[in-house]
Amino acid sequence: MPVQATHMGPITRLLTQDKNGRRLLLVIAVLAIVVPFCNLLFPAESVLHISTYTMTLLGKYLCYALLAIAVDLIWGYCGILSLGHGAFFALGGYAMGMYLMRQVGDRGVYGNPELPDFMVFLNWQELPWYWLGFDSFAFSMLMVLLVPGTLAFVFGALAFRSRVSGVYLSIITQAMTYALMLAFFRNDMGFGGNNGLTDFKDILGFDLQSDGTRAGLFIASALALMLGYVISRVITASKLGRVLVAIRDSESRARFLGYRVEHYKLFVFVVSAMLAGVAGALYVPQVGIINPSEFAPIFSIEIIIWVAVGGRGSLYGAVIGAVLVNYAKTWFTGAFAELWLFLLGGLFVLTTLYLPRGVIGLWPPLQQRWHRYRQQRDLVHQEDCL
Amino acid sequence: MKKAVLTRASKLFAVTTLAAGISLANAEDTIKVGVLHSLSGTMAISETTLKDTVLMMVAEQNKKGGLLGKKLEPVVVDPASNWPLFAEKTRELLAKEGVDVIFGCWTSVSRKSVLPVIEELNGLLFYPVQYEGEESSRNVFYTGAAPNQQAIPAVDYLMKEVGVKRWVLAGTDYVYPRTTNKILESYLKSKGVDAADIMVNYTPFGHSDWQTIVSDIKGFGSAGKKTAVVSTVNGDANVPFYKELANQGISAEDIPVVAFSVGEEELSGFDTSPLVGHLAAWNYFQSADADINYDFIDQWHAYTGDDSRVTNDPMEATYIGFSMWAKAVEKAGSADVDKVRQAMYGMTVPNLTGGMATMNANHHLSKPVLIGEIQADGQFDIVWQTDGEIKGDAWTDFLPESKNIVADWTAPINCGNYNIVSKTCGSAVAAE
Amino acid sequence: MRIFVLFCLACCSWSAQAQLAEADLTLQRLAQQLAVASYDEKSALISQMAQLPAERKKPLLEALASNSLYSRESDQRLFVIERFKPGERIQAFFYDESLLIESRRQKRDFDKIGINNAIRRTLSSELALMEVSSGSDQQRRLAAEQLLKSPQDIDASRLQALIAQESSPAVAEVLGLVAALQQLTSADSSQRLAAIKTLQRSLYPQVRVALVQHQGRLDASNPLQAGEYQLVQKTLASIDQLQQLNGYARDLYFGLSLGAVLLLAAIGLAITFGVMGVINMAHGEMIMLGAYTTYLVQQLMPAGSEVSLLVAIPAAFLVSGLVGVVIERSVIRHLYGRPLETLLATFGISLILQQAVRSIFGPLNREVATPEWMAGTFMLNPGLELTWNRLYIIIFSLLVLVLLAWVMKRTLFGLQMRAVTMNRPMASSMGIRSGWVDALTFGLGSGIAGIAGVALSQLTNVGPNLGQAYIIDSFMVVVFGGVGNLWGTLVAAMSLGVANKVIEPFAGAVLAKILLLVFIILFIQKRPRGLFALKGRAVEG
Repeated sequence: MPVQATHMGPITRLLTQDKNGRRLLLVIAVLAIVVPFCNLLFPAESVLHISTYTMTLLGKYLCYALLAIAVDLIWGYCGILSLGHGAFFALGGYAMGMYLMRQVGDRGVYGNPELPDFMVFLNWQELPWYWLGFDSFAFSMLMVLLVPGTLAFVFGALAFRSRVSGVYLSIITQAMTYALMLAFFRNDMGFGGNNGLTDFKDILGFDLQSDGTRAGLFIASALALMLGYVISRVITASKLGRVLVAIRDSESRARFLGYRVEHYKLFVFVVSAMLAGVAGALYVPQVGIINPSEFAPIFSIEIIIWVAVGGRGSLYGAVIGAVLVNYAKTWFTGAFAELWLFLLGGLFVLTTLYLPRGVIGLWPPLQQRWHRYRQQRDLVHQEDCL
Repeated sequence: MKKAVLTRASKLFAVTTLAAGISLANAEDTIKVGVLHSLSGTMAISETTLKDTVLMMVAEQNKKGGLLGKKLEPVVVDPASNWPLFAEKTRELLAKEGVDVIFGCWTSVSRKSVLPVIEELNGLLFYPVQYEGEESSRNVFYTGAAPNQQAIPAVDYLMKEVGVKRWVLAGTDYVYPRTTNKILESYLKSKGVDAADIMVNYTPFGHSDWQTIVSDIKGFGSAGKKTAVVSTVNGDANVPFYKELANQGISAEDIPVVAFSVGEEELSGFDTSPLVGHLAAWNYFQSADADINYDFIDQWHAYTGDDSRVTNDPMEATYIGFSMWAKAVEKAGSADVDKVRQAMYGMTVPNLTGGMATMNANHHLSKPVLIGEIQADGQFDIVWQTDGEIKGDAWTDFLPESKNIVADWTAPINCGNYNIVSKTCGSAVAAE
Repeated sequence: MRIFVLFCLACCSWSAQAQLAEADLTLQRLAQQLAVASYDEKSALISQMAQLPAERKKPLLEALASNSLYSRESDQRLFVIERFKPGERIQAFFYDESLLIESRRQKRDFDKIGINNAIRRTLSSELALMEVSSGSDQQRRLAAEQLLKSPQDIDASRLQALIAQESSPAVAEVLGLVAALQQLTSADSSQRLAAIKTLQRSLYPQVRVALVQHQGRLDASNPLQAGEYQLVQKTLASIDQLQQLNGYARDLYFGLSLGAVLLLAAIGLAITFGVMGVINMAHGEMIMLGAYTTYLVQQLMPAGSEVSLLVAIPAAFLVSGLVGVVIERSVIRHLYGRPLETLLATFGISLILQQAVRSIFGPLNREVATPEWMAGTFMLNPGLELTWNRLYIIIFSLLVLVLLAWVMKRTLFGLQMRAVTMNRPMASSMGIRSGWVDALTFGLGSGIAGIAGVALSQLTNVGPNLGQAYIIDSFMVVVFGGVGNLWGTLVAAMSLGVANKVIEPFAGAVLAKILLLVFIILFIQKRPRGLFALKGRAVEG
């Protein structure tokens, strides 16, 4: 068997060996088909109708799930605890937001064909150079990958080469996202300051308010999540992935064994940042706004918490965690508006104390118990028969 | 394998039931009032009070028998000072809860975030906070002050009554202060103030170390000309700002500070005795001498069970908004958004300062402008007020981009940004 | 003869008394007009009142200045009301009548005699004129400084008389400056020159303003005025030079005080995070608890107590410390060796604590009063006034640090603490109850955060979000200084504070902060373990 396994390509191996991953991909695929289908085809009165509210909500969760995978890839598999991953997410989001702003064209309130409303408002005379090109979708999508990727590359190259690790790395990633937040809050930066980018009209010519576009974005998010999962799984299942795990478990040992640790770390950090960027880019058109608060260090910490709640180091656990925590947040903020922080805080504390391996850690013991129960039942059954 | 299918099926089932539950039509025996104010996060300090105000008004209305024979049912959600969450919660309130009206938002960015959703689903939002203007949505009624109902009268007062010649425009770096300061700069220059006599300063949100800025202000103010500070510093940053002013001994007699975002509630967080005489401009102060105001304060104290709770301008704006909405629902005979909207135009209700508030066709109110001086007990002493009510101007006349734009939601214009030169609605290039 | 003299004296005193009585009656008549006067009329009335030789004008004007003069609607009698609180007595001013306030509603029976800033200015200059001759040293000095703002308020002969009889040289100097400012506008050039010489080296901003104005009046090309013009120019230059030095000193002071705030905020974290390795996201909430404890202590102690802040220090230490011990025993002790999980758990705790405070105290900020001895400024020279509260905070932060260092280096507990953090199994086998040492260490760190809360309550909002504002800065300081090193924390806090304040005048507050964050990021590349890295095996992992 193992001999056979090594001869298989990573994707085949993924499909045959990663049972939970397969389940996850299947669920997402089913969601990607069923949700838009039920939203578009059934009338609002039908029991089978899925409201646009639910669909955008689920779409948001999918983006968060992709972000969680990005974080799990570096934290769970390489031991890099980034407290600044919100920054990559937000940069991807801003790149998409800039494209969407350019699409508004002269339909803004001031009717300026060249400048977004907030620039007209603040007396900007012409479009700043870094906004050039964002009227092209292809260029913007390239930027969604390149901007977070480049930042991660520069930041990572510096940090990993100087062997900054552990909490020091965590804190400087936090410093990075905090500095970016302060910068983006400045109106002089030309990204709309605190109001951020909002009031989008359409994407690729499709009206963002229409259910069809929303369904399309939902499907795109699902596909991106599946793709993100597969990419991460391929990386972690490959030889490179084993080196990453070795680095996670003992960085110096891996280095002494002759691996260029910083190259491995840098590679996976950049990939992760790009995944986060894509998640941000899909998030923005669905929620309709991007503002510097996505850079807030608290948000980055929250991402870590999704991953931890779901279960670190298992990719699908990250997805489950992201959906679970965010669903809890949606539910609590509506149903227990005054108390939800108690509930959410309690959830975090209890998870860490009693579920050190996250929610997915619940699964194997349950499975075992079920097996035992079945065996016993079978035994009893056999005895009965005797 | 069977188990895997089972889990999958159950997950799918969970999702579909969730969705089905959401889309079920709501029973029509109450009128639902959505409350969209942050109860946690950075804005909770300001917004929680407004949530309580709405709940108090709803309870009061229900005591009177509700509206159209139906009880009012408040639906409170917490958008947690998180801007995307505001949009999501709005959608939840409109699509899932089916509310007939929403009272909510404080910051401009939260309103901007809510705007597309509320327009898409044709909801109705009452926005109770003073803001930068440059907006008029079909689905929003702005019951706070527009810049011409706060900033310009305040500057006029300082110029004429106090004789201020030199100006510091200090604000938090976001759109409201930026716009207000831009309008004020152009206004001051039009009144012959030299550019060298205007100092503009922006600070980040929650700025807590004001030593350098306050000492700069002190330096700027000791040049021999009467100097005043126009402060659009927001929320949390105010307490350290005022504490530093007090500590560095900047008294109102020397350099008065007039604030547009500091009300009774902000002052209740610290000792104001060193700040006596600094000013604020609002459309309402708790100290307003009117019977309706005394009744409102008593009602508020009874509702909160705490007679040291203060009232403030956004509360009055919420009060006016709610009274108007209730009156409009009765006039329209329905809580239907479009009918209520039509019934709102020209509607008048008493404000809390003894006058009348009128809803104009541009979705902004006519309000009086009051200038108050801070007292040692954290209240304001009203030292000046406009003769009558001033009509809120959605698009300021002091910025070149918007001076040709007006808002009028009644026929024949029916538009939130109508260009009076090119005679077109929206997205028209200004005829320069 | 003797009888005649006595008679005359009696007459004099009688007539003086009659005059006084009459003056008081006029005062009363004028004061009663205040209730219905407009602001402009009020100013005129006040100036009239100030001219009267009446005995009671000073308390009356003071009551007016402090906004506590009311007029009763029913009979226009004047009352002095400090606070409108049920259960308090209020006193009529000209009549022998006192009233017990029964309910707040009674407030509607009284009209406050409102004043605005213009009147307040008139009042303070009138009061200054009254105080400049009487009053304590301090009052006379303040009154004299008040006169600097408007030197024309006092006539030259009275000023000369005042200077002649002034006992305090400091006050006499200020009065001399007032006289010089008056002479600056005189027609006699020799007087003007003498005035300019007097004004030399004085750093009062009013002096500089007057000199600049005077320079504007002079014509440099006029040979008669050229010498005077140059003298003014030279004087201004020397003033500006001194002011520049003052500016540097001020920036340094601001920087040190910001550094002290950072130090206070970070020092508790230097224990919980630096020494114990717990990524303590609830650290900010411990600061918040300390600030709320200060508020509670002030509520419990009699109003206006000057020592409540001192009582609050141990109270805050105990409250935050106890909460810290509870957190350690209930949650964190299960997580040793898993530092990243402490991040999660403490983040959850921080959410719970925030909401708990919000539920108990409400979302509004709470008022923490500043005691008299902390308010205001002290003057190093007339151009450099520094705030007392910042000075106290600088001293306080250093005291806390020294005390903490002493605990860690010189006490048994400190020894055990260091032993446990260095090598837990070894420490345990030596008989140290490592569990309790952990709990107490965490309690110590939390308690110090609580103390920081006492100090911060003097500077910023006391509200549920207080902690959030300081948590990131605290982590930056600890990491920049080097985890586990108290002196590193000190140097890091002070250097970041000073750097911030030096950059701020050029770059603005936001850019200064961004630049520092970028600097920290780059610095960590150079020295991956902070300024003062711990050496040895403990470093790994």
